Order: sequence, then structure tokens, then C-alpha cells
Amino acid sequence: MTEKVLDATGLDAPRPDTTGLDAVPVLELDPLIDDRGTRIIVCCGAGGVGKTTTAAALGVRAAERGRRVVVLTIDPARRLAQSMGIDSLDNTPRKVDGIKGSDGGELHAMMLDMKRTFDEIVEAHADPERARAILENPFYQSLSAGFAGTQEYMAMEKLGQLRARDEWDLIVVDTPPSRSALDFLDAPKRLGSFLDGKFIKLLMAPAKVGGRAGMKFLNVGMSMMTGTLGKLLGGQFLKDVQTFVAAMDTMFGGFRTRADATYRLLQAPGTAFLVVATPERDALREAAYFVERLAAEEMPLAGLVLNRVHGSGAAGLSAERARAAAENLDEGRMTDQGGGKTGRSGSPATSPEPSDLATAAVVSSVPEAAPTAEPAAQHPDVDADDIAVRDDIDVRVDTDAPADTDVRHLTAGLLRLHAERMRVLAREQRTRDRFTALHPEVAVAEVAALPGDVHDLAGLRAIGDRLTAGRMPSA
Amino acid sequence: MSRLQVVSGKGGTGKTTVAAALALALATEGKRTLLVEVEGRQGIAQLFETEALPYEERKIAVAPGGGEVYALAIDAERALLDYLQMFYKLGGAGRALKKLGAIDFATTIAPGVRDVLLTGKACEAVRRREKHGGHTYDHVVMDAPPTGRITRFLNVNDEVAGLARIGPIHNQAQAVMRVLKSPETAVHLVTLLEEMPVQETADGIAELRAAELPVGRVVVNMVRPHVLDEAAVRAASGDHRDAIARSLASVGVPGGTRLVEPLLDQAAEHARRVELEREQRAVLDGIGVPAYELPFLGDGGDIAGLYRLAKELRKQGVGA
Repeated sequence: MTEKVLDATGLDAPRPDTTGLDAVPVLELDPLIDDRGTRIIVCCGAGGVGKTTTAAALGVRAAERGRRVVVLTIDPARRLAQSMGIDSLDNTPRKVDGIKGSDGGELHAMMLDMKRTFDEIVEAHADPERARAILENPFYQSLSAGFAGTQEYMAMEKLGQLRARDEWDLIVVDTPPSRSALDFLDAPKRLGSFLDGKFIKLLMAPAKVGGRAGMKFLNVGMSMMTGTLGKLLGGQFLKDVQTFVAAMDTMFGGFRTRADATYRLLQAPGTAFLVVATPERDALREAAYFVERLAAEEMPLAGLVLNRVHGSGAAGLSAERARAAAENLDEGRMTDQGGGKTGRSGSPATSPEPSDLATAAVVSSVPEAAPTAEPAAQHPDVDADDIAVRDDIDVRVDTDAPADTDVRHLTAGLLRLHAERMRVLAREQRTRDRFTALHPEVAVAEVAALPGDVHDLAGLRAIGDRLTAGRMPSA
Repeated sequence: MSRLQVVSGKGGTGKTTVAAALALALATEGKRTLLVEVEGRQGIAQLFETEALPYEERKIAVAPGGGEVYALAIDAERALLDYLQMFYKLGGAGRALKKLGAIDFATTIAPGVRDVLLTGKACEAVRRREKHGGHTYDHVVMDAPPTGRITRFLNVNDEVAGLARIGPIHNQAQAVMRVLKSPETAVHLVTLLEEMPVQETADGIAELRAAELPVGRVVVNMVRPHVLDEAAVRAASGDHRDAIARSLASVGVPGGTRLVEPLLDQAAEHARRVELEREQRAVLDGIGVPAYELPFLGDGGDIAGLYRLAKELRKQGVGA
């Protein structure tokens, strides 16, 4: 439809250069979520790009297309939980009502509670007495409530648990709002290297080997280290850590095994990573980083979801031309309708040609078409901040024969708005071209910008429609 | 103005840009500011278009009137080793600890230690004095973690002081906490006029207040001008399509009502945004925290844009 408009306008303004973009493959999300072989979709990307909303919208769409879906969100805004009809998400998947599934599709949603997840692991893998000792340890309490990396690690644990339960045939997960994009992938390895490291062996050494002769060397290291750390942290803290490590000892192997298993799960063919971004420099830089990192880790990338892309149904009208026309309208300068003159060539100070004026008067059928230096002074512009006068203005503007200056004013506003939109389009295009130059192979799904936030399932459905609409016609 | 300015905000609101502009604004008229980053992202270097910052305070910009902006990317591991050396002459032990993985443990795994080191380093810069007795930096501006984590990040010293109940870490944590909870510190939250960032800002301020951390300003970023309001759009979408088409034609833009249609669609979207922004402004007003407002920079935060934002902040009272 929009293409038609462009042609019909007969404008000769150059179209935005899309040659680079035409080569970019379109990311088709419906085939991805319809494929029963897709078992896990991971949404990752910078903060504030709409990862969680994308995950929720995909969940709704997949469920309504017949999948049994669970969405694992890490830190959703309250509104998002509400949009899925749940007042608060907790650590257990809850069924979302109102899914219009055709083939028995269902949607469940949960939010990661990292402390609860950690506690459950301890309770599941240690006998009651040991579990209590761990849960009461001050170091554990602080660790489980959120040291750098707990959230990432617990997200992986939860993902592994959900997958193992086999109740859902599709798990959609969004990654934590990390310090950097890498944390999510690094967490299991970091934990692993810590658990395998010398340090933890040293911490456990006194409990394990006591003063055995063969461990003399280790004990020298140990005493030096505990001396230093004790000096820094206070003896009690170190004792808390040692007690914790000793109590967790038998569980450490399990942590590592599960972390490795989840890591392999992410590399498996049933997993699809979606890198989410907006057409902004920082977000796309982070996205590029993520694409490279996923490749290095041999994680299967499905493509890039580009949120909040702007389009225009009148993309054939350039920003420059729209702005010039707006200026002419403000100055009351008229040009010959059929001649295609834009008035840009004349200096603004020049008086309009009489013939132009005559044409304008005929066209607008309003006698009061004489140019005024300050139209705004005679017809005060609508004040954006003054709601009280709005009704009066409606009455005034909605009369059958609106004053010509009002329409001119309005038209100038529409043109300025359009000029601004075209600048946004051009900027987004440049940012995307940079990404495309680096990663031409990455398929892209564009999501048109919504004017407001999502509040309900209908809103998530609308996002889902936009996600799967393919390339925007005018972008 | 408080000497330690902490800048937080939801992801995507431009907190690094705002922090940098604030550092520039505070350096105007011969002052010296230090801009620190704590998340290892090298956002400052990208913003000022320089190579990656080392763990070293270096001058990255000159402010109008001869002021200087220094920058530092705080690295937790280096901060810990420095700290061991500086206060306990434990350089050798530090290397041994590093070999054993203890430094890694302390800076990545141990709860809070990393954050203690980061805030501790920033507070050290705030307190540092030159030989003649004056402060080394007039202001320290921190590009801090996002709103969702800021209270925990700043408050971690309290927690650590509770875990390490005696010893130098305990004392250090308490000293840092004294600075952070004093009027020497102001925590600013950057937001956009959109629902989720505003909601997070409201939540963040409530959390900061509950933790008795000093709330500074809300910074409303990327404010765009309102070209048309809803009344005008409603008027336009009435029976005036033909009149608008004629008006367009009168200035040489053909296309008739078929061009008017998409233009009106855009106007309706714009009006919807204006309305949403009005609502979000009301929510922010309800929080009762004074605000700075910064305009949307078309092509993102290049250096010229930073100076423009700094000027804007000065106009609104920063550094006065």
C-alpha cells in the first residue's frame, strides 16, 4: 500500500539507499516457533531493547499456534507480568489464561527468583541437616541473594530444570540484565573454574586433610592465605566461608555437571538464540558483540530481532523537501500547483508573484489567502500543554470552512513531523548499515515501533504480529 | 553540589552519556572532575572516541573556561591489588593470592567484595587531597550500574561490614558507607518519558530512600519537541483531507489525499506519544524529585553532542 502511495505522488526525491539492506536475509520467526524441533529460544541483547517483551510475545504466539510453552523471565517489569494476566510471577511456572490456542497450545510463565532457586538446589541435593547448615550460613545467604554471577548461573540452572521436566515442548528464556552481554555465557565456566581451582581446595584443606604430613606445602600456603585474608576480612568471615565450602563440598560436583550439561544444551540443534536490539548505535554494537561471541561458543544463532524500527508511508517525500514546503507554508508563499515549483529557489524575503497568489486563492477557495508575515500571531498555535482550551480549539478548527491559515499551519506541522520522521529513518538506516557490514549473514526480523507500552495479551499479540511480518515495506 | 555524583538509569536511557555531560558541566570554569566507570564496558572511551581506558586516571576532555575532565575505568582486580599494596604493603602476598585464584574469588565470586572495591575506589578519589591541601578533584561523577541494581550496589558496604565484622575491610566498608550516605553524595536516575523507565525510576527512588541513600535528581533524557498536539491531529483527520491536500499542492507537494493519509497516520502516532509523555511527566511530578531535562540528540552521543548537553545542564543550574 505504501509503495503505491509513493508512486502515486510522482515525487522524484531519491529513495533512501537500501541496496545494502536488500541483501540481508529476513528472519522468519513463524517457521522457527512452528518447528517442533525448536525446544529452547534464548533472547539476549543489551538492556532496554525489549528482550523480555520479545520473549513474552513469542511465547504467546507459539502457544496460540499449538505449542506448550513456558516463558522464563529474569527481571520483568511488573506490567509485563500483568500483561500476561498474572499479578506477580514467581519461581514456579503459572498458567497464563486467555490463550486462544487452536491445537491445545498452552502458555506458562515464571520469573526467576535466584535465592529460591539456589535454596531448592541445596534442599534437593543435601540431607536435611547439611541443608540447614548451608541455608543458615551467613556467607551462603549473601551469596544466594546476589553476588555477581548468581543470577546468570541460576538462570542456567532453572533452564536445565525446566528442560528436564519435559512438560513443555518450547522454553522461551530472556537473559538477565547483565553488566555485560558476556556474563550469561561466562557464568557456568566461571563457577566451574572457581570450583576446580586451587583456592577452593585450599579452603577445604583443613576440613579434609587436617595436618597430614603430605599436605605440609599446602598448609603453608593455607596459613599464609588465611593469615592475609583473615587480616583483611576478619576471622569470622573466613570461618563462615570455610564452613560453607565444607558443607557444599559434596554438591559442588553436581553444580559443575549441571552447568556443563546446560551449556551443551544451549549448543544443541534444538536451541535458537535471538539477539535483540534496537536500531541505535550502542544496542547494535552490543548485538554485534553477541553475534561474534555466540559464534565463538558454537551456539546456534537464529538471527537478529530489531525492535522499534520506524517506517513511513510517505517515504518518497524527503526530509529536505518536506521542511522546505513547511517553511513556504509558514511564510504564506504559494507556488503554482501544477508547475512542481517548491519555492525553494526564491529567497524568503521575496514577495510572491501575483500569479502564484491568484492560483492559491482559487485552489483554497478562501479569499483570505494573502500571505502574512506571522500567521501564528493571528491564529495562535494549539498549545500542547494547555488541555483546558482544547475543546474550544476543536470547535474552532472543526467548522465547515476552516480558515486557510489554520490548514496551512496544520499542513506545515504535518510536513515538519514527516521531515523529523525521515531523519529518524535515515539515522536508523546508517546504524543498521554498520551492523550489516560486519554481519551480512545474520537474518533480521524488524519490529515496527509501537507508540506506547504493552499492557495485555492483545498487546503481546500485536508485537507477535509485527515480529513475524517480515521486513517493513518502507524501511 | 555534592562532590560525588552517582548516575544510574534503566538500560537504554543514556546514563553514560548523561554522566559524561555532567562531568563536563561540572568542570566548566576551571574545575577538575573525574569520570569513573565501574562496569568494565569502556563506555566512556567509546563516547569520547578514544582508545580503551587503562586502569589509570587520564585527562580525556577540556571544558569551556579551562576545566578538565579526567576518566578512570575502575577494574576490581587491580583495585584490590593496589589496595593490598597501598594499605598493607602486601604486594607480594597479592601476587601469591592471585596465583591461587583468591583474587579472582574475591573480585568475581565473593559477595559484594567487587562492589566494595569499586565504590571504595570512587570514594578514595573523592577524599584525595593535593599537597597544598585542596581536593584533587572538585567532583567525581560515577557512571554507575543500572537502576535495578543501584541500591544494592551502593549499599553493599553495609552488607560487607556485617559479614566481615572486624578488620580493615570492615572499617573500609564503613568509611565508604559514611561518604555514600552523606550530603557529599547525590544519586541521579536517568529516565525517558516512557512507561517502563519511569516506573523503574519511581521504584529506584523508593529503594534509595528506604536505604537512606541521598537521591539527587531525575534526569529526563532524550526529550523530543512536540510538533503537533492531539487536538490539531483530531482536527486534521476530520473533513479537511482535501484542504490539506490543496495546501500541500499550493507549495508544490503533489500526491493529493493519498499522501495526506500517511502524514495523518504519523501525526496520530505523534499525538499518542505526546499524550503518553504527558502521563509519564505527571507520574514523575508525583515522585517529588527535581528534574533536569535534556534534549534528544539526533545522531547519538558524539562529542559535540556531549558539549551541548553539558551546556544545557549548566543552564539548568549544574555547577552554579
